[in-house]
Amino acid sequence: MASKSQKVAPGRRVAIVKGLRTPFLKQGTGFGKLSALDLARIVVTEIIQRADLDPELIDACVYGQVVPGLLQPGIAREVVLAAGLPRKIEALTVSRACATSIQSMTTAADHIALGMADVVLTGGTDSMSDPPIFASRALSHALLAASRGKTPVQKLKAFQRLKARDLAPVPPAIAEYATGMTMGQSAEKMAKENGISREEQDAIALASHQNAAKGWESGFFDSHVMHVPVPPKYSDVAVRDNIVRKDASMEALSKLKPVFDRRFGTVTAGNASPLTDGASALILMSEERAKELGYTPLGYLRSYAYASTDPAGQLLQGPAYATPVALSRAGMTLADIDLVEMHEAFASQIASNLQAFASKEFAEKNGFGKPVGEVDRDRLNVTGGSISLGHPFGATGARIITQALHNLESRNKNTVLCTVCAAGGQGAAVVLERA
Amino acid sequence: MAAKNQQNAKGPFTYAVEDGVAVITFDIPKEPVNTLSPEVGAAFTELIERAESDEAVRGVVFISGKKDAFIAGAKIEMIQAVKSAAEATDLARTGQAGFDRLEALKKPVVAAINGACLGGGLEWALACTYRVATDHPKTRLGLPETQLGLIPGAGGTQRLPELIGAQAALDLILTGKQVRASKAKKLGMVDEVVPTQLLLEVAKKRALELAAGSLRVQRQRGPGVRETLGVSRGLASVFNRLKQPQVWQELALEDNPLGRKVLFDQARKQLLAKTRGNYPAQERALEVVRIGLEQGRRAGLEAEAEAFGRLAVSETSKNLVSIFFAQTALKKDTGVSDASVKPREVRHVGVVGGGLMGGGIAFVSASKMGVPVRIKDQDDAGVGRALKYVNGLFEERAKKRQLTRREAEQQAARVTATTDLSGFKRADVVVEAVFEDLDLKHRVIKEIESVTGEDCIFASNTSSIPITDLARGSSRPQNVIGMHYFSPVHKMPLLEIITHPGTAPWVTATAVEMGKRQGKTVIVVNDGAGFYTSRILAPYLNETAYLLEEGADIAELDRALVDFGFPVGPVTLLDEVGIDVAAKVGPLMEKAFGERLKTPTALDRVVADGRLGRKTKKGFYRYEDGKKAGVDTSVYALLPKAERKPMDRAVMAERCTLQMVNEAIRCLGEGILRSARDGDIGAVFGLGFPPYLGGPFRFVDVMGPAKVLSRLEHYQEQHGVRFTPAPLLVELARNDKRFHAD
Repeated sequence: MASKSQKVAPGRRVAIVKGLRTPFLKQGTGFGKLSALDLARIVVTEIIQRADLDPELIDACVYGQVVPGLLQPGIAREVVLAAGLPRKIEALTVSRACATSIQSMTTAADHIALGMADVVLTGGTDSMSDPPIFASRALSHALLAASRGKTPVQKLKAFQRLKARDLAPVPPAIAEYATGMTMGQSAEKMAKENGISREEQDAIALASHQNAAKGWESGFFDSHVMHVPVPPKYSDVAVRDNIVRKDASMEALSKLKPVFDRRFGTVTAGNASPLTDGASALILMSEERAKELGYTPLGYLRSYAYASTDPAGQLLQGPAYATPVALSRAGMTLADIDLVEMHEAFASQIASNLQAFASKEFAEKNGFGKPVGEVDRDRLNVTGGSISLGHPFGATGARIITQALHNLESRNKNTVLCTVCAAGGQGAAVVLERA
Repeated sequence: MAAKNQQNAKGPFTYAVEDGVAVITFDIPKEPVNTLSPEVGAAFTELIERAESDEAVRGVVFISGKKDAFIAGAKIEMIQAVKSAAEATDLARTGQAGFDRLEALKKPVVAAINGACLGGGLEWALACTYRVATDHPKTRLGLPETQLGLIPGAGGTQRLPELIGAQAALDLILTGKQVRASKAKKLGMVDEVVPTQLLLEVAKKRALELAAGSLRVQRQRGPGVRETLGVSRGLASVFNRLKQPQVWQELALEDNPLGRKVLFDQARKQLLAKTRGNYPAQERALEVVRIGLEQGRRAGLEAEAEAFGRLAVSETSKNLVSIFFAQTALKKDTGVSDASVKPREVRHVGVVGGGLMGGGIAFVSASKMGVPVRIKDQDDAGVGRALKYVNGLFEERAKKRQLTRREAEQQAARVTATTDLSGFKRADVVVEAVFEDLDLKHRVIKEIESVTGEDCIFASNTSSIPITDLARGSSRPQNVIGMHYFSPVHKMPLLEIITHPGTAPWVTATAVEMGKRQGKTVIVVNDGAGFYTSRILAPYLNETAYLLEEGADIAELDRALVDFGFPVGPVTLLDEVGIDVAAKVGPLMEKAFGERLKTPTALDRVVADGRLGRKTKKGFYRYEDGKKAGVDTSVYALLPKAERKPMDRAVMAERCTLQMVNEAIRCLGEGILRSARDGDIGAVFGLGFPPYLGGPFRFVDVMGPAKVLSRLEHYQEQHGVRFTPAPLLVELARNDKRFHAD
C-alpha cells in the first residue's frame, strides 16, 4: 500500500492549463444522435483551439469512457485520430467508473510528474444515448457458430436452438457485477443505514439546482462550457446544460415518488444524478513547460488518492476513505481547504460521505486518527453538482476539476478538495491549488 | 540487378533478362517523367525484337523506372513543333506502326503499370498482351488528349473500344477522365491489380504463364451480360447486376449495327449540347471510334492518324495547349520576381466570416492543405451554418468515394468555429470573407491584429474593394494582401491574388504557395478597382444590361454566349452572382473609370422589385425547388422597354465578349496584369472565358489585333464611348504585333 503520509508529491509540479466541456444534456435530448466519440472529438478539437496550443506539442492523450462503444473500445486513441491530431500522439484509454476522468487526469499528471511527458491531453466522455446493446449469450453463440459454418445449411443450423427470448437485445446494466445491486439500490441502502432523511436529500438536490442556476445566470460557466451546434444539421445549438432547474423547490422535489424502493424508499429522480450525455477535456503541462509557452495555468495538482471499500457494504462511501489520504499527502487539513467539490451521484451518498468525514468513530475504525471534519455547506459545490448539472459518467471528473478551479478563480480562493465516488466501492479525492 | 544491365545504360531503356523474362525498363535520363517520341519508339522496337529472337527469353515485361509514374504521354512540345497536318499524321502513323509491331510480337508482353499511365502511355500499354497495375493512389489511367484539342493518335481510339466496349471507351476519350487501377480493372482496361511492391514479381510470373499457355486471357468487357450470368455468387447479385442499365445497353447498343447507330447518334447529340461545336477533337474522336467499329481496325487507324494530323495544327488545339502550358508555368511561379524570396510555412489558417466563401476557403484549407482551420462568425447560428457547409462538402466527398468516411470525418475535424477570437493567435494566415463593406473590414483587421502575431498575413477575399484601401486600416500593412476566391470555392480553379504597393514580397510568395496547396491555379495581379477578374466582368455584364434594354430576349442572349463557349449565359450569371451585387459593384467601377464603365440604369427597377437572383428565388429566371426553371417573362415589364425584338446571336456574343477582351487589354496596359498569360488564365479559370479560344489575349492574337480594333471601332460608332479601344490594342494593331510571342 502506498504511503498515506507523503508530504511532498514526487516529481515535477503539474499545471492544469485549460479545461472545457460540452453542455451536459439529458439522455436522449440534444446529443441523442451523437456517439461518445463524436462528443469527445468536439470538445477536444475546441479545447486545443481555445488554448491556442500547437497540437504538435502534445505528447500523449489519456482519455476515458465508462460505457465503451463496441466499435471504438480504445477511446483515447480514437479521439486523437478523429480529432485530426498528429498521429504521433500516444494514447491510453482508462476507466475507473464514475471517477474515470479523475483517473485520466491523475494518470496524465503522473506522466508529467515523472518526466515522461510535458503536455498531455486528457478528459472523458460518455453517451447514455448511444450505449452498446448486446445480444443474448445464446444469440451471440449462434452468430459465432454461423460465421464458422461453411455451407448455408450449417449456417442455418446454428440458429436452430434459439428461443424467442434469446433474440431480445440486452442493454448494459448500471449494476454491480459482484453484488447484482443497482446504484440506486445502494444509494437507498446507504440512506437507510446512515439515517439520511428524504428532506435532507431533497435539500441537497435543491442547493445543487440553485447553485447551478445561479452559476449559469451569472455567466460563470461561459468560460469553460462550449456551445455545440449539433451535427449533422448544425442548426440546433446546445449552449447550456439542460437538466438544471431554476424553479426547483422543496415542494416540487418532495412530490416525486421513490424509484428504487417504492414503499420505504427516499431516493427519487430528483435527488439522484440523471443519465446524461457529454464530454470534457483538460490540458495538463509541467509547470515549466506551461510557463515557457506563456500560459497562466488555471491551477496545479497538489495531491490525490484513491481508495476502495467493500461494494457489498456502503458502495458509494469511497470518498470518505480517499479524502483523509489525499489531504495527508497534500500536507493539509480541511482547515486549509477553501472550497469542496463533490460528485453528487445521489444526495444520500453526499450526506453519507459528509457524515463519515465528520465521524470520529469512522476515522478511528479505519485508522485515519482524526476525522476530516465538518464540511461547511456554503463551500460545497458552490456552482452545482452532478444532480443538477448531470452526470455523463466518463466526463464528470474533468468537469469537476475545471469547475473547481474556475470557482477558485471567481471567488479568489486558493485550495479546493474534489471527490468522486465510483462503482465497485471506489473513491477518488484530489487536492488542487491555484498558486 | 544492375550487373545484368546489358546495354543502353544511358539510353531511355534498360534491358535485362531475368529467369527467362526480358525486363525492359523505361527511364529517360534527367527527365521527371517518361514521354513518348519516335526515337523512344524506335529504341523500344529494337529491344522487343531482340527479345523475340533471343531463345532464352520466353516473355517480356515492360515497366517504368520512374518513381510512381509510368508514362505521362507523348511529349507535347513535339506535337507543337509539327509544321503541317501531314507531318502530324505521319507522327501518328509512326506511333501506330510501333504499337502494331508490339502487338504482333510472338512472345507475350506484360505492361507493369505503376503511376500515371496517360495518353500515349496508355496506348502503349493497350498494345501489350496483358496489363498489371498497382493499387498505388498515383496509378491513374486515361486518354486526356481531347482536353488538349487532340485525339489519341497511336491506336488508342481503336484498341480501347475493342477492349472495354464503345460506351465505356467513349466516356474516357471524350472527357479525358483518369481512372484509378480498381476502376480500370472493373472496366477491363487492366487485367490485374496488385500491391505496388509485388508489381515486377507478378508481371514476370504472368509473362511466363502466358508463354507457357497456363494463363489464357479471357476478357469480358464492361459490366458484361455474359459475365453477369456467369457469376456464381447467388441469384441476388445476378439480379442486382441485371438491374444496371449499362449491362442492357451494352447488349442492345454495341453488338448490332442498329444499336450502334443509336449509341453514336445519342453520344453525338449529348456531345454537341456540351461543346456547341467549339471542340472539334471530341467530334473527331467519336467519328474515328465509329469508323473502327464499322469498318475495322485498319480503316479506324487510318482515320485516327488523319484526324490527329488535322487537329494537331488546329487553332483550338494550340489554344488549349497554351492554357495547359500556362498552368504548368504558373505551378512553378512563386508570384514574386525575386528568386531569393521564399514562402513561409502556413500551419494554421483563420477564416473570418463563415458564409459560402469562408466555408469554401476553410474546406480547401482543411482538405487540400491539411491544416487546422479556425472560423469566426457572428453568432452560434452562423457558426452552425459554417460547420454544416464544410461538413456537407466532406460528406459529399465521402459519398463520391473520394475519401473514406473516416478520412472525411478526420479531415472535417480540422475545421472548428467560434464566435470569439479564440484559436486565432496561432494563425499564420487569416482570410476574411465578410460582407463587402470597407468599415466592417477595417474593424475585422483591427480585431484580428489584436490577437495574431506580427507575421500573421491578413488576406481579404474581397472581389471589389481595393487592397490599398484595406491596408490603410492595418497596423501591419505589409502583411495585407487580397486573396480573391471564386464561388463555389471547392470547384472553381482560380485564385486571384492582389498585392498593394506595400505588400511584402514574402507575404505574396506565401499566399501564392498557400493557393497552390489548396489546389488552385494562382495569378498575381496589382491593385486597382475590381483588380482583374471583377473589372473585366463589369463591362461584360453592363453590355448584357444594355442588350436587355435594347430588347434582347433573355433566353436568346444566354444562348448566344453559351453557344460562343461560356459555361453559362450572362443573364444566368447575373442571377447566380446576385443582381444587387452586380449593381453594387457598378458604381465602384464607374467611380474609378468614369463614363466608359457607367452603370446602366436598365436593371434599377429589377433590383427594386426584390429580384436579386437565385438567392431570393426570383430574378430573370424562375426558381422551383432550388432549380432554375425557365425565363420569368414578367421581368420584361420592369425593363425600360417591355417589348422584345429579335437580335442576332453572333452580334450579342461579340458585343459582350469584346467588352471583356477590351477591358482585359486595358488591365495589361495599365499594369494591373503582369502578363498576357495571367490574363488568359484569369479569364478562363475565373470567369469561364471559352477555353478553346485560349483566353482574351490569345483570342486577339488569333483574330489579329487590327481586326479586333476594327470591330471595337465599329461598335464604338454605334454605341459610343463604352467601346473605346484600349490604347495598348491600338498600339499593337499599329505595329502589327501580338500579345504572345509564340
